[in-house]
Amino acid sequence: MSLLEVNHLRTEFETGGNWQEAVSDISFDLAGGEALGLVGESGCGKSTVAFSLMRLLPGNARLAGGRIGFDGKDLADIGEDEMRRMRGGRIGMMFQNPMTALDPAFRIGSQIGETLQTHLDVDRKEARRMALELLRSVAIPAAEERLDAYPHELSGGMRQRAALAIAIACRPRLLIADEPTTALDVTIQAQILRLIRTLLIEERGAGVLLITHDLGVVAHTCDRVAIMYAGEIVETGTVASVFANPLHPYTQALLEAAPNARTPRGSLATIPGRVPALGMRPSGCRFRGRCAFERPDCADPSGPPRVRLDKHREVACVLHAA
Amino acid sequence: MTSTVRRLLLLLPTLFGVSIVVFLLLRLIPGDPAQVIMGLRATPEGLAAITRDLGLDLPLHEQYVRWLGALFSGDFGRDYRSNVPVTQLLATRLPVTLELTLLSLLLALIVAVPLGVRAAVHPNGIADKAASVLGLIGISIPDFWLGILLVLVFSLTLGMFPSSGFVPFSDGIFANLRAFALPALTLATGLSAVLVRVTRSAVTEVLSRDFVRFLKAKGLPPRAIINRHVLRNASVPIITVIGMQFGYLLGGAVIVEQVFDLPGVGSLIVTATMERNYPVVQAGMLVVALLFILVNLGTDLLYAWLNPRLRGGAR
Repeated sequence: MSLLEVNHLRTEFETGGNWQEAVSDISFDLAGGEALGLVGESGCGKSTVAFSLMRLLPGNARLAGGRIGFDGKDLADIGEDEMRRMRGGRIGMMFQNPMTALDPAFRIGSQIGETLQTHLDVDRKEARRMALELLRSVAIPAAEERLDAYPHELSGGMRQRAALAIAIACRPRLLIADEPTTALDVTIQAQILRLIRTLLIEERGAGVLLITHDLGVVAHTCDRVAIMYAGEIVETGTVASVFANPLHPYTQALLEAAPNARTPRGSLATIPGRVPALGMRPSGCRFRGRCAFERPDCADPSGPPRVRLDKHREVACVLHAA
Repeated sequence: MTSTVRRLLLLLPTLFGVSIVVFLLLRLIPGDPAQVIMGLRATPEGLAAITRDLGLDLPLHEQYVRWLGALFSGDFGRDYRSNVPVTQLLATRLPVTLELTLLSLLLALIVAVPLGVRAAVHPNGIADKAASVLGLIGISIPDFWLGILLVLVFSLTLGMFPSSGFVPFSDGIFANLRAFALPALTLATGLSAVLVRVTRSAVTEVLSRDFVRFLKAKGLPPRAIINRHVLRNASVPIITVIGMQFGYLLGGAVIVEQVFDLPGVGSLIVTATMERNYPVVQAGMLVVALLFILVNLGTDLLYAWLNPRLRGGAR
């Protein structure tokens, strides 16, 4: 049974008095003990998906439809108090920028302890003891001293470890990590990703939704991947199958554009054009205009067919319609 | 805490500068203390005698050194008119001014901070509109006019508060506070206007920061996020403004004490200036300056407590 089951999620933003869809009809699921990578360019709506799941959308955005099945409940439907207990309790979240995610005026230990005391029935002393334990579990050296440190006294990597400690403090079943390593050095990146896998997936069988634009991070960390383009998921599958055999022209272009050690110098591929802005998205397939394989039937206003190839593999493209 | 010691030591040169400015400014005002003391009975011989008695015939620098030397031994001089030691005058006057300014500050804080926070949390809501109105009116209305208006409404028409005069603390806290109600309200209005604006903008700025979203993602109740985290981070600009506005409060106290006939340092200095009562003005100004410096020192110390990044020295 899936831990998280998102069906037909739609999120809208208000721009100039009109509500426009930033996330259109997104469906995916995530099992316990599994990491799903949600990948796409800036502006494709991947972070909006994360904040929709947490119901932490900014004031000019709203959930317009869909179901977010988690823990036998529909997160899109439960009351705010119940949702608040989910946040930080059953669902942990990490943000992109560790430099700004922690409150600069409070000690690390108190910021971890506060989460514990919000969700668990523990006193201050016990919360502090648990916070120390958590700092050790995210491999922060001299954890005891760090407990009384302020965020500005820690490096970016240390802060992201502390943020991870907060996110996992109440042993969540699901971690939503929004670009958790984008702001970090490559070596630190690998350490944080390793920690996420070990602490959540291997030790606790929790689910991880990793939002990133970095295909290398996905290959390194995730079991499955969902590729997003202009507010839609265009292809999903196991990391191995998608990377070995990308089916959607966008996925193919994305993989070609990703540099790796074998890319010859100066020959990095790019995708022509740019991601269409909200309200400027073409009808039919949204990759129209940038796609090398475009055909007349791509413009069909009902959109591209969703072709399911196996248990995990699905692609939304006319090229693969039976 | 060495920085605190350093700040306290810096207090001395600052006060030294203030003493020079006050001393010289006073002597720049035309008018002769001896003339004021003798009034219509003045004779050239009498004036010369008094001038000599007061030491005003000495060169300026000698007068200054004498005054400063006496200050160091705790002698603030005597009131030219009543011959009462200035320290004694200040001892009765200072508590009145302090109570007035502190009550005004308290009143302004109680009104402005919650209103500013609500205005920031619910932009365009009722609190936001009330905050804009208070901000506009409070800044536009002059103290003396508001004081007179409040007396007209609450004292002469409604009879709720006395129109003027001072009731010492020893006559009961209630009567004392009743006497201070209208003056404190008058003085608090302008400060509230500034504070409500600063609070609103500071809280709005903090609310837009990343860590607030992370706090929400931790599942903290909105009340805890605002009271514990947002206010703490927004308090630095708020306290900065309070420190700076304290000077405004002391200045406003001079006017408000006149309007409501309160025997504070403000009215003491005004009267003494009219009379060229040098020792009283000098000592009064010095004490007011010291108060202002101490309040700003206090705000600096608060900063360090509120914002760990400003803490000097090694941990």
